[in-house]
Amino acid sequence: MADLLNCFNLTVHYDNRSALRDVNLGIRIGEVTALLGPNGAGKSTLLKVLSGMISPSHGRATFEGEPLNGPHRGITYVPQRSDVDWKFPISVLECTLLGLLQERSRWRPYSKQDRETALAALHSVGMDHLAHAQIDALSGGQQQRVFLARALMSESKALLLDEPFTGVDVPTQEMLVRIFATLKLRGTAVVYATHDLAQAAQTADHAVLLNGEVMADGAPKDVLTADNLMRTFGGSLISIESLQAVAL
Amino acid sequence: MISWLTDPWHYTFMQHAFLAILLVGVIGGTIGVFVILRGLAFLGDALSHAVFPGVVITFILGGNVVIGALIAAVIISLLIGAISQSERIKNDTAIGVLFAGSFALGVALMSLQTGYVRDLNSFLFGSILGVSRSDLWLTGGVGIIALGTLWIFRREITLISFDRVFARSLGLNLWLFDQLFLVLLALAIVISLQMVGNVLVLAMLVTPAATARLLTDNLRRMIAISSLIGALSGLIGLYISFYRGVPSGAAVVLTATVIFGLAFMLAPRTGVIMTRVRYRMHRAHPEADTHVMPDQPVGDRT
Repeated sequence: MADLLNCFNLTVHYDNRSALRDVNLGIRIGEVTALLGPNGAGKSTLLKVLSGMISPSHGRATFEGEPLNGPHRGITYVPQRSDVDWKFPISVLECTLLGLLQERSRWRPYSKQDRETALAALHSVGMDHLAHAQIDALSGGQQQRVFLARALMSESKALLLDEPFTGVDVPTQEMLVRIFATLKLRGTAVVYATHDLAQAAQTADHAVLLNGEVMADGAPKDVLTADNLMRTFGGSLISIESLQAVAL
Repeated sequence: MISWLTDPWHYTFMQHAFLAILLVGVIGGTIGVFVILRGLAFLGDALSHAVFPGVVITFILGGNVVIGALIAAVIISLLIGAISQSERIKNDTAIGVLFAGSFALGVALMSLQTGYVRDLNSFLFGSILGVSRSDLWLTGGVGIIALGTLWIFRREITLISFDRVFARSLGLNLWLFDQLFLVLLALAIVISLQMVGNVLVLAMLVTPAATARLLTDNLRRMIAISSLIGALSGLIGLYISFYRGVPSGAAVVLTATVIFGLAFMLAPRTGVIMTRVRYRMHRAHPEADTHVMPDQPVGDRT
């Protein structure tokens, strides 16, 4: 499988502090990649560079081999839920339709077909029955689903998600995993930031451990080892498996 | 009663004033929705005071005060942007410094003029007497430009108002849209100055929109209700001003504030009284209560 997104010697500085150092990475077509690391490890920064929102201080990011000089229509970014004003008076359907903002004429209202596309996207995340509800009436999991539906409106080649599993219920987590699998079959590259090691081990084809720099990169079984995790997160590691063995 | 309503319309200056306040109510009500949703009330207040030196200078030079106010608004908004680039000074601090400084400059310039107290009063609190036919054309023209621009960029401004990170990821230039909105806000402020005055102009932006927010959760309905309340407050306020001799700005703003108070108490879903009634009913018959409380997520079928 070819690389869709690449980072070459990528470094990002905020003021005088470096958020990412010398990152080299390849994200392949039809692959689910989990970015893992402690708070402040640079996961969100890396996603913002890959979505073209932040320009690196050094090095470069490429999309389909071309330098990424800003947001690209082939890449869709799903922000953290905490970045949004959920009290804004907008319905689930209207919020989803905003996913078409760049692709529709500003002179015309959204067509019936656009609305049907939005309802289909909401149906795929189990939210079509709440299409006319206000976004502030939704639970955390439901909000995450609406974000995903909005992202699905544009058939992009790469979907980047910042902490999609954080603070959501189990049905939403299962739904996210199902949607990732469907997107993978379509050839979409999915990249998401997470703290959940077990979730990453089960869901991702590719895991990247970050802590300011890439600590490990590869298949989850090769990356999520005790040694790599201790180097990335620090402290000591307690394996639940060994505790169970002691209990038995 | 009928003559009480029709008498003011016999005067040309009142006909102009009524038309102007209707325009101001609709324009302020519409732009104001985004002002309150984006939490920009302080910026609106600052901008309305900061345009004062522009008003005074054009008044002294004998030019059109609306144009003077507009130039001042653009200069002040650029200065706010420039000062808040400093790492040590936050945006609201920059706004506070410039707002007070430029208002003081306006008062100082005004005091250098003879007979300034009367003129200062009309600038600060509004005067319905001075609305000319050309003012009406200017207000209408500026209003069409402001509302037309808002309509053209409605989706971008909506998205930026509630999800800035996603908007940025789509490639929208947030700085450009913020500046565009600032100009729209400045336009709404300057056309309201003559009617409601410098000190109270913010109320035309904030109060009708805040009332509408209490009454609906739908953005389009919110804009419609806010415009309607803005226009209605203007009409009622002008009648009060005409018959009671109260400055037009104070009368219009007080009317809008009373309507806000009524909505705050009586709004069907969010009003204080209805919320208490529902709470008591819920306590008396918890099993019969099917109402979804605002903080409770709506039903999920999974």
